[in-house]
Amino acid sequence: MDFGRFIQFIASGTAYTLGVTLIALPSGLLIGLVLAFVAVYGGKLIGKFMDVYSTVLRGIPPIVLLFILYFVMSGTVNLSPFWAGSISLGIISSAYQMEIFRGAILSVSGEQMMAARAVGMSKMQAIRYVVLPQMIRLAIPSWSNEAAIVIKDSSLVYAIGVPEILRRAQLISASTQEPFLAYITAALIYFTLVFITNRVLGRVERKLTIPANP
Amino acid sequence: MSKPILTVKQLTKRYGSNTIFENIDLTVNEGDTIVIIGPSGTGKSTLLRCLNLLTKPDGGQIWLDELEITAKGTDEDHVRQHIGMVFQNFLLFNHLTALENVKLGLVRVKHMPEKEAETKALEELTRVGLADRAGHYPGQLSGGQQQRVGIARALAMDPRVMLFDEPTSALDPELIGEVLEVMRKLALDGMTMVVVTHEMGFAREVADRIVFMEKGSIVEEGSPDDLFYHPKYDRTREFLWKITELYGKKEAQT
Repeated sequence: MDFGRFIQFIASGTAYTLGVTLIALPSGLLIGLVLAFVAVYGGKLIGKFMDVYSTVLRGIPPIVLLFILYFVMSGTVNLSPFWAGSISLGIISSAYQMEIFRGAILSVSGEQMMAARAVGMSKMQAIRYVVLPQMIRLAIPSWSNEAAIVIKDSSLVYAIGVPEILRRAQLISASTQEPFLAYITAALIYFTLVFITNRVLGRVERKLTIPANP
Repeated sequence: MSKPILTVKQLTKRYGSNTIFENIDLTVNEGDTIVIIGPSGTGKSTLLRCLNLLTKPDGGQIWLDELEITAKGTDEDHVRQHIGMVFQNFLLFNHLTALENVKLGLVRVKHMPEKEAETKALEELTRVGLADRAGHYPGQLSGGQQQRVGIARALAMDPRVMLFDEPTSALDPELIGEVLEVMRKLALDGMTMVVVTHEMGFAREVADRIVFMEKGSIVEEGSPDDLFYHPKYDRTREFLWKITELYGKKEAQT
């Protein structure tokens, strides 16, 4: 097998890697964001429940959770490994993202919420127009870190047979006896993806920066 | 005889077994400036926050005009529209410019069209002397300017009454004057105001009535002359003497 086709074989897994990431990250974002607001504003009991959700999900290795969620899902709704894996990673990420957003909400809320209510805004309006725009800005640095983690964790779905980068590297390493070259290629692709993502989010962060914000 | 805008009867607030204030009676008439003074920790700020329902009182009643706002089923958001509040730490929305800070309530709460809201917001900024800072973010403004934007934000809603919670306590001495000047002008224009402050010069000059609070109750209230020159209680005299001594030097500069 010539070098070009060797690289191409692994690189064609990028589509799956991106696919898994682009499902897991936004679904984790959506769930995490909603749960964070519910945790902060939903009262004590719900807050406790959210604590349990996040503590449990963050206390188990992602690969173990992936297997559990995969077998639960494939047993009940008959999803393909690609979808089951992506959604599982999204659920796992939602716990981490919830903590990021919860922290950001707590550091904005309180006084800003009070100021918004004093003008006559409802709680929902205050969240929408005052808390949310500020907490998103605060959350971006930690969130881009989480985005990098999800890109890297997308490699875990190789274990349930999704032909993404790592899976392909493993296959071709076995058939060509070139493990070093195979895994270095995989590593370089992952690194490039993470690097670009961090750069883009860094730019977004700078763009959203509020001048001279105390 | 002017009519009461805020009427407070037997108002009580507790946190657990800790009583913040008890059985407060207070009437604020249209156009009045009431200044509340007293040592820190006597519940002045909490009282102010109860007046616009940011904090729920545990007992007693409050009327805004003829409407009992402590009654069950009161639309609190609607009540707060009509009661402006200015905070010690300004509490501007940090992600918005001065103009947007003033505009937000107009657009979202009063549902005013963008253009109209912008004109109105600019008017209010002009009123506090900050039209040229409309595009600045809070972080780009001095404390005194931030507080004036805070006042403009509250004024923009055309409130029935304005509450000021130690509006100058977080300011550097040289910035206090500009904020007090705006407040003085407001009072002269006939705005109804309830002000918690330690600025005795302002109290003496602008207040129609001064209320001296201590340990969760009103010790004494009356005209500035009554309280400064003929206080009924030694405690009032003592406090005023101490606070004038403390703040007198600063006032001499402003």
